[in-house]
Amino acid sequence: MKSKVLNNSKTFFKKLTSNQIIIPLLALLFLIVFNLIRDPGFFEIKVVTNTSGHTVWNGNLMSIIDFGSELAILTIGMTFVTAASGGQDISIGATAAIAGSIIARILTGADGRAPQGMEGSLILAFLVAVLACVLCGAFNGTLVAYFKIPPMVATLILFTAGRSIASWINENRNISIVDDKFMIIGGFIPGIPIPTPFFIAVLCMIITALVLKFTTLGLYTQAVGINENSSRLNGINPKFIKLLTFMILGLGAAVAGLIKVSRTGTCNYAGLCKDIEMDAILAVALGGNALGGGKFNLKASILGAYIIQFLTTTLLAMEVPSTALPAYKAVVVIILVVFSSPVVREKMNKLSAYIKVKTAKNVGKEGEN
Amino acid sequence: MSKKTSLQTENKEMKAKASEKTLEKKPNKAAELWNMFKTKATATDTSFLLTITIVVFFVMYLLAIIFIGKGFTNAQTLLDMIGSNAGLIIVAVGMSVVMINGGIDISVGGVVSLVAMACADYLDHKGGNIFGAILIALGIGLAYGLVQGYLVAYLNIQPFIISLAGMFFARGMTTIISSQSFNVEHAAFVALKDTRIVVPFLGHYSKNGKFIPGEVEIGALIALFVVILFFYILKWTSIGRSFYAIGGNQQSALMLGINVKRTRFTAHMLCSFLAGVGGFVYFMHYGSGSALNASGMEMDAIASSIIGGTMLTGGVGNIIGTLFGVLSLSTIKKIVNTVGLGDAWWTGITVAAMLCIFLIVQSVVVGRKKK
Repeated sequence: MKSKVLNNSKTFFKKLTSNQIIIPLLALLFLIVFNLIRDPGFFEIKVVTNTSGHTVWNGNLMSIIDFGSELAILTIGMTFVTAASGGQDISIGATAAIAGSIIARILTGADGRAPQGMEGSLILAFLVAVLACVLCGAFNGTLVAYFKIPPMVATLILFTAGRSIASWINENRNISIVDDKFMIIGGFIPGIPIPTPFFIAVLCMIITALVLKFTTLGLYTQAVGINENSSRLNGINPKFIKLLTFMILGLGAAVAGLIKVSRTGTCNYAGLCKDIEMDAILAVALGGNALGGGKFNLKASILGAYIIQFLTTTLLAMEVPSTALPAYKAVVVIILVVFSSPVVREKMNKLSAYIKVKTAKNVGKEGEN
Repeated sequence: MSKKTSLQTENKEMKAKASEKTLEKKPNKAAELWNMFKTKATATDTSFLLTITIVVFFVMYLLAIIFIGKGFTNAQTLLDMIGSNAGLIIVAVGMSVVMINGGIDISVGGVVSLVAMACADYLDHKGGNIFGAILIALGIGLAYGLVQGYLVAYLNIQPFIISLAGMFFARGMTTIISSQSFNVEHAAFVALKDTRIVVPFLGHYSKNGKFIPGEVEIGALIALFVVILFFYILKWTSIGRSFYAIGGNQQSALMLGINVKRTRFTAHMLCSFLAGVGGFVYFMHYGSGSALNASGMEMDAIASSIIGGTMLTGGVGNIIGTLFGVLSLSTIKKIVNTVGLGDAWWTGITVAAMLCIFLIVQSVVVGRKKK
C-alpha cells in the first residue's frame, strides 16, 4: 500500500518534469520569488488616468503583458520556423522595422512632416505592410528551402539590409503620427483598463490554435523538422512547409511593427524592435523547444515570451540601462543552451544515476544494520 | 605486432623515397606541375570559386576606374584601401578559418567594438599605456575564444546560437564600459596611429612632377602578415589540413584519426583571437571608442569570406580569396558612394545583395556537384 502511494507520487513527479512547460514555469517562479524578495511593490497595480483621459491600470505587471505581446506574436512564428527548419530567423526585428516604416509612410502621406494626423487608411497601410513582410519572409524561406542555405545565414542578409531598407522607404525622416484612433492599437481601448496589444496577442493565439486544430500544419511542421527525407517520402512537400513557416513569421513581424509604431507614435528605424530576434529565440529556447528543430510546444513558447519580458522589466526596474540589457540576456541564453545541450544532459543523467545508486546502497546497508 | 608496424613504416618510407627519386629523375618538372595544377583546378571547388572571386575583383576595379576616375589607377589608393580595411581583413581571415572548419562566428563585430571601446577607455580615462592596451585586446580575444570554442566543440552546441549570444554580450558590455563616443587623445597612441611606413617603388607623380612615395599604415602590414601566415597554416600544416578535413566531413575526419573536438576548438579560438587582433588594428585606424564601432562588421566579414570563395558548408575556401573578397567589397562600396547613392542605407543594401548573389552561386555549385 505504502509503495503504491510512493509510485503514484513518483509518476506524477515524472510526468511534471517530463512536461516541457515545467522549464518556463520554474523560470517564472524564480523571477516572481526574486522580485518579491527584492521589492514587494514590484507587483503593485495602480489605477491612473492617462494622457487621453481614460482610467487605466498601470504597473510592472501591465507593462509585462503590454510589451510582451509583440514578442509573443513573433514567438509563435519563430517556433514554427525553428521546428521546421532547425534554425532561427534573425531578421524579424528588421522586418518589423520595414513594416513600421511602410505604415508610417502610408498613414502620413507622401511627405512626412512631424507631427501629423492620420491621412491614409489604416487598413490599407496594414495590408501593404503585411504584404511586404510576407514577401520578406518568402525571400528568407526561398533561400532556406530551395537554395539550402542555413537559416541564420540566409536571414543575416535581411538582418543588416532590413533597417537600411526601412530608412530608405521614408528617406530617413523620423515621422511621428498623432492620432487618437491610431494610438488605440498600441495603447488602450477607451473604457478597458488592459492594454490593447494583449488582446491582439490573444487574438493571434486563438487564430493559431484554430489553424493548428483544423489543419495539419502543426503535424507537417514537426514531421519536416524531425526528418525531412522521410516526410518527403510520406507525401509532404518539405520545401513548401519551410517557406510557409517563414511567411507566417513575416505576418507576425508585420503585426509587431504595427503595434510598435502605434505605441510610440513614431517610427525610429534603428531602434524599432531592436534586439527582439534575440528575445524571440530566447523565448523559444526557454519554452523547452529543441533549437535543432522537430517537436514544438506553442504554449510553452508563448509563456516563455512573457517570461522574457518579465526578465526585461525586472532588469529595467533594477536600473540597468536599456542598452546594456543584451549583455544580461546573452548570459541567460548561454546558461539555457548549455543546460539543454545533449552532452551536459547526458552527464547530468549519469550523475543522478550515480547518486541514486549510492543512496540505494546506503539504504540497503542501513536495512542490513 | 610492433615489429610489423615498424617494418610497414620503413616500407612506406622506402616507397616515398623511391617516388621522390623518380620525381627528381623526370626532366620536365614545370610541365608536370602545370598538369597537376590543371587537374586540380578542374577538380576542386576551391580553385573555381577563387577564380570567380579574382575575376570579380578585377571587374570591380575596372568599373571603379571607369566610374571614379584616375584616382583608382594609383597604387596609393589600393594601399589606402588595405589600410582602412586592415581590421576587417584580419577578422575575415579568422571567419574564413571557422567557416572552412564548418562553423560560423557572428560575434566578431561585437568583439571588435568591445576591444576598441576597452582600449579607448583604458588609454584615455585610466591613463594606460599602449602595451597594456594590446594585452587587453588580445586578452578579450582569447577569453572569447576559450568560452565559445569550449561551448561549440566540447558541448556540441550550434555555433550560431553561441556566437549570437556572444555578439549581444559584447555589444552590451561595450555600452556598459561607456555609452559615449570619444576620440582618444593619448599622445603615444596618436603617434602610433599616424605612423606611416614608406613603401619603395610604389609611388606616383603629383601634378608638378614631384614623386610621392607610397605610404602604408602599420595595420595594413599586420593584416598582410596575418593573411600570409594563415595562407601558410591552411596550406602546409597538419592543423590547417585538418580544418579542411573536418569541414568536408566530420565523420570521416574522425575516422582518419583527427581529434575533431580539439580542432574545432582551435578554429574558434583562432577566430576570436584574430577578432581581438583585428579589433586593435581597427582601433589603430579609427582611434575612437564608440558603441557604434564596427556595426555590421560580422556581416562584412561573412560576406568577404563567402565572396572570397569560402563555402558555408565547410571544407572549401582560401585565405587569398578572402583578401580579394574584402577588397571587392570595399571597391563596390566606393563605387556605390560615388555613383550618387551616397545615403548610408545603400551600402548595407549593396553588401547584402552581393552576399545573396554569392550564396546562390555557391548553392548552385553544390547542387551541380551533387547531380
